[in-house]
Amino acid sequence: MKISGSKALMEALLNEGVDTIFGYPGGSIIPVFDALYDYMDKFHYVLTRHEQGATHAAQGYARIKGKPGVCIVTSGPGATNTITGIADAMLDSTPLVVITGQVNDTMLGTDAFQETDLIGITLPISKWSYQIRDPKEIAFAVAKAFYIAGSGRPGPVVLDITKNAQSEHVDFTPAKCDFIRSYLPNRSIDQYAVTKAAELINSAKKPMALVGHGVTIGEAEQELMAFLDKADIPAAWTIMGESAMPTDYRLNKGMVGMHGNIAPNIKTNECDVLIAIGMRFADRVTGDLKRYAPNAKVIHFEIDPAEINKNVKCEVALLGNVKNTLPAVTSLIKQNNHKDWIDSFAQYQAKENDNVISKELNPKPDEPLKMGEVVRAISNATEGNAILVTDVGQNQMAALRYFQFKQKRSVVTSGGAGTMGFGIPAAIGAKIAAPVRTVCLFCGDGGFQMTMQELGTIIQEKTGVKIILLNNNYLGMVRQQQELFFSKRYSSTPMLNPDFCAVAKAYGIATSHVTQRDELSSAINDMLKDDNPYLLVVEIDENGLVLPMVPPGKGNDEIIV
Amino acid sequence: MEKKLYTVTVFSENIPGLLNQITIVFTRRQINIETLSVSPSAIKGIHKFTITAYTDEDTIKNVVKQIDKRIDILKAYYNTDDELIYQEIALYKIETGKVLAMGGIETIIRKYDARVLEVLENCIVLEKTGLYEETQNMFNELQQSIGVLQFIRSGRVAITKDKKERLSDMLKKIQEYRSKGVDV
Ligand SMILES: Cc1ncc(C[n+]2csc(CCOP(=O)(O)OP(=O)(O)O)c2C)c(N)n1
Ligand SMILES: [Mg+2]
Repeated sequence: MKISGSKALMEALLNEGVDTIFGYPGGSIIPVFDALYDYMDKFHYVLTRHEQGATHAAQGYARIKGKPGVCIVTSGPGATNTITGIADAMLDSTPLVVITGQVNDTMLGTDAFQETDLIGITLPISKWSYQIRDPKEIAFAVAKAFYIAGSGRPGPVVLDITKNAQSEHVDFTPAKCDFIRSYLPNRSIDQYAVTKAAELINSAKKPMALVGHGVTIGEAEQELMAFLDKADIPAAWTIMGESAMPTDYRLNKGMVGMHGNIAPNIKTNECDVLIAIGMRFADRVTGDLKRYAPNAKVIHFEIDPAEINKNVKCEVALLGNVKNTLPAVTSLIKQNNHKDWIDSFAQYQAKENDNVISKELNPKPDEPLKMGEVVRAISNATEGNAILVTDVGQNQMAALRYFQFKQKRSVVTSGGAGTMGFGIPAAIGAKIAAPVRTVCLFCGDGGFQMTMQELGTIIQEKTGVKIILLNNNYLGMVRQQQELFFSKRYSSTPMLNPDFCAVAKAYGIATSHVTQRDELSSAINDMLKDDNPYLLVVEIDENGLVLPMVPPGKGNDEIIV
Repeated sequence: MEKKLYTVTVFSENIPGLLNQITIVFTRRQINIETLSVSPSAIKGIHKFTITAYTDEDTIKNVVKQIDKRIDILKAYYNTDDELIYQEIALYKIETGKVLAMGGIETIIRKYDARVLEVLENCIVLEKTGLYEETQNMFNELQQSIGVLQFIRSGRVAITKDKKERLSDMLKKIQEYRSKGVDV
């Protein structure tokens, strides 16, 4: 029996196990939304208030669920509004399938109404993009899209579907894709590299591990800790690798990078073997490459061959999913003890405690509220079991530094792109992916206003996200760099803000406003008393700095406190 | 690092937009493509791109891996000149009247092992296959003596000195691995 391309698309999505779709309709995608109308019992469809919101929500969903997030939007401006989300997902290896409407195939290339060359635009920022011009292509293209998005190093995929392909009819049978000859993500383990890695680790006196997003993506948290435990190796995480190890895990030595902890940053430059696990040596992690890990031989566990020797040259490359490569190495390494080396982190932890952390968590009574104390109070109130979503800026770094975790796969943040406005929609997606968990979003006054229209999505969906707005009335992170490196010339960073609580009230979202330290705990209790959405606005010290900090372009040993 | 001329060979599925996928990798790193040639390869359905560019070895390694990473690219390689046999083809259009009036064209044709492709009333087209320097030298000489109306040179075509086609080996291996449940 012949069905329309749009219906075929619905069937193809069901065949891929899709249960949630984020989107926004428009002229060139109306046939698909018309078909969706008959599938409302099969999909949870979420209408966002902007297509960028749809993509970030799909990202939040994907990051928590571990499977591709799906968006459907219209052509032209609808499609171009997805660009930020696609680029963000590419940098943070997030599986997305973005389906965009396109004008009729006969009108392609004519500057037709709402025609943009989306394939051309998304080529460099997506893992794969493909234009469907004939409904016959739908079955195979959808199957291929999901296979590409979710396998290997995950990423965003774009399917641009012309309007005629949506409405013409086709004999549909669902397709399956688990092999593409030009794309070979499933690697056998290189035994030679495994042996070399084990030898290096066994001979190391000061080994250190860096944990990235690859551990969460590969669901290799157990394998990671079995490896670290056996060889007794201290480990630090990149912001994308947070929550792969519980905060209180004995070998968890904190965060590396620009706003990371002092100990692991300093120790990166002392260690003799550096074991990178599912991370890509981004510049925010390494600082000045010339000064990075000068004493270390590097072992790189990585699924993407293009990351090997891209920024940091390695002695041994272990290509593949860390879920497989870690146990292979673990079986060959000896039980070890690096007590002295591990203990040597303590002096730097103490230094950071005295100079930074205690001031942030326990400020003097007359000082304004600090981001760190707010974050830690909410982390404590949720007992380390919440999902943390962040926006971008000082609020992000404070949240990542001071929130604590007991459960894996609990962080959604925009790492590679640092996309302001990511937070609210990503939190919506995360909560939809994990309705039983508490989802806490920390955002700034700047980022909140970039996607605050998604409060509409929150009330329509009754998504119980807890939004904590750390309001310093500044684009704080930029202000921080202006204070430290641009002679306090606060160009374009002070902001005149609205009454944020009134905004929440306009949407019927419960809210409270904290200006004094002694109001904080009762406001937190009020926020967490039920599973409804909430906006907690906290007035924060406008002079606050996120420290420590490796100044841009400097070495990790040049970290300032 | 020392900059030299690298030849990148890319095998891809034959679908639209691939050239764009390859060139953006060069563009992002501000690497100028010196020559480019595209044609079907010896294997049906697979296209072959031959690209030359001046850069250093670290960069070309990364470029090749980033090209290889694209889903529809089967394989990308890079080589230096000593590992390759390569040629370019050049066409030269000169004025018939001038050739007849001045003479001496046979000497140039012989010297460069060129050949005459067409003789028309108003122009003569010569063809020469060879290395860049050779086609360039012939151009210089013609330009000085007779004058060249039009000159065009193709991109480089290259073949490795290895015995086998690297790609067919790879495709065979993929089949073997498939039976073991992995891709590579
Ligand atoms: C879309 C986007 N535009 C600009 C920036 C640059 N930027 C990074 S942090 C920041 C300030 C963020 O201010 P706010 O949201 O108030 O957070 P705060 O740093 O004050 O906590 C800016 C402008 C960005 N990361 N993303
Ligand atoms: Mg701010």
